[in-house]
Amino acid sequence: MSEDTILQVKNLRTTFHTSRGDVQAVRGVSFHVNKGEIVGLVGESGSGKSVTCMSMLRLVPDTAEVDKDSSVLFEGSDLTRIRGRQMRDIRGEKIAMIFQDPMSSLNPLIPVGKQVSEMIAIHHPEKSKEERKQETLSLFEAVRIPEPEKRYSSYPHEFSGGMRQRIMIAMALANHPDLLIADEPTTALDVTIQDQILKQLRGLRRDYQTSIIFITHDLGVVAELCDRVEVLYGGLIMEEARIDDLFDSPRHPYTLGLLSSIPSVTQDRTRRLKPIPGSPPDMTNPPRGCPFAPRCPYARRICAVALPEFTTIGAEHRSRCWLLDPEAPASNNPFRPESEGQTQEM
Amino acid sequence: MFRYFIKRLVMMLVAIFFIILLTFLMMHAVPGGPFTNDKKLSPQIEEAMNEKYHLNDPLPVQFKDYLVNVLHGDFGPSYKYPGKTVNGFIGQGFPVSARLGFITILFVLLAAIPMGIVAAVRNGKWQDMLLMALATIGVTIPSFVIASLLIYFFAFRLNWLPTYGIDSWKGYVLPVIALGGYSVSYIARLMRSSLLEVMGQDYIRTARAKGLSEFHVITRHALRNALIPVITVLGPTIANLMTGSFVIEKIFAIPGLGVYFVNSVSQRDYTTIMGVTIFYAAFLMVMVLIVDLFYCMIDPRIKYD
Repeated sequence: MSEDTILQVKNLRTTFHTSRGDVQAVRGVSFHVNKGEIVGLVGESGSGKSVTCMSMLRLVPDTAEVDKDSSVLFEGSDLTRIRGRQMRDIRGEKIAMIFQDPMSSLNPLIPVGKQVSEMIAIHHPEKSKEERKQETLSLFEAVRIPEPEKRYSSYPHEFSGGMRQRIMIAMALANHPDLLIADEPTTALDVTIQDQILKQLRGLRRDYQTSIIFITHDLGVVAELCDRVEVLYGGLIMEEARIDDLFDSPRHPYTLGLLSSIPSVTQDRTRRLKPIPGSPPDMTNPPRGCPFAPRCPYARRICAVALPEFTTIGAEHRSRCWLLDPEAPASNNPFRPESEGQTQEM
Repeated sequence: MFRYFIKRLVMMLVAIFFIILLTFLMMHAVPGGPFTNDKKLSPQIEEAMNEKYHLNDPLPVQFKDYLVNVLHGDFGPSYKYPGKTVNGFIGQGFPVSARLGFITILFVLLAAIPMGIVAAVRNGKWQDMLLMALATIGVTIPSFVIASLLIYFFAFRLNWLPTYGIDSWKGYVLPVIALGGYSVSYIARLMRSSLLEVMGQDYIRTARAKGLSEFHVITRHALRNALIPVITVLGPTIANLMTGSFVIEKIFAIPGLGVYFVNSVSQRDYTTIMGVTIFYAAFLMVMVLIVDLFYCMIDPRIKYD
């Protein structure tokens, strides 16, 4: 763990015990976040990105179990080991979360001002009520809620989705956390609001050196915001890279698939976007080999049988794919120079 | 808000009119009349009685006369007890029923809500199983069976409590339990399922992510939300308990409104049947209205206009 690293997740495994059997939502995820860094967790629904973050703060439901061998090192303590008071001191104060759905993430019966100032009250009981209110009002101003004074005592249903998400952000920022986990904060919002919220997150990093984990399925947003990306699939990290490397030289077929399904303004409109065919694996019974193999256009026999280990491609760039194995044949292999053209075929 | 209130009042009056009409028609459709007795009256006397109370008038005329009286606040004289009025019955019976009902409501709320909370918090554990087993028994076993069992054990066998009457506080214990048993069980189950549902909501996860203790998550964020469905059933429940349970009052010989009502039906005491029915209906509607207005206070999303 280098000096700059504030969060180190090691071998995180989360299993949900359900009536249909055990759902292995996260199957050994390891990554780190440096101070002031914005890391994107990317993947489609069910890839385990949200569960990864919920598991770190143990906000998963009671039916979920985090494996004993997992560790989440944050500022010197292992979040999987601490209990009660210690965990509560971290939640909201050191690590704050913005949730996916702003419509349902605020308590409908409590005025928004009170919900934000409660965040301050929990961790800073020494502050007076008036102080808390003033801080809340300046937070509202910071996230550009018009007429903060007037809106302080409004209820969540009196706000639009975008405004509610700003309130969630104001709440998350209340105690200047060291790490902010934003779980698809812009998914429910339209593009102009999305842009403003991304600006705010960038400003936060600039002003307070806050580290951010940004969960999304939208590589376009990742390109605008993140320094580094973890691509998740089937409860595993498939590829990890700095943002430029990921877009310039992706080294996993799943990443290739994600990239070719982003629409672009300059793109020829007569060409259809290419969705990745098939659907994510059933995590009650995950495939023995690479989870992406059933949908992978380059899959070989070995892919269905054995899970590939990470291959290091460069500094901070690694990928879990058999095609990167030194012994992998060059034909139908997008990662070999001989078949560069294949990349376009994906 | 004011307009809503007026609208509700008008709707209540319309509803009451139809309740009066329906009760009136059904009552007269049932064979027999107030003066049909085991001992046959001589036709002349029966004729004279019917004449005196205008029971020979055509039904529409009787109905009109009755409505006019009700609008003057007069439910008329009892046909069975000469010299007594229905207003008198209600004046005597309702305070007794209301007193018992009020105590029962307190008992219901103080027992059911904590039971529901404990069961939800200990979901799936033995506390939950035990409380919900009790609640299932309470919902399924009729109150008169519970009353009989209570009397048998606590009054007859153990001799701790009186079998009937409400002369001292001791007299209230068994009727309150028998009367409230169903509501306690029902509301405890409702409270449990409602709280469990709320605990799975996103805003509860938000509250946890803020660093609140589980106790504060429940007391500050979950309870008020979970109480909304409970308040919904509270209106009818209160009306039910306050106007007296006919069965429980009969078993414990409590001179409440319920006893008058049951007797009036079997004796075809027309005016008493009508009067008590109207009183009960109006009381129920007022309670439901109060609960609806109370919603505004607990849930800011509800606006009446």
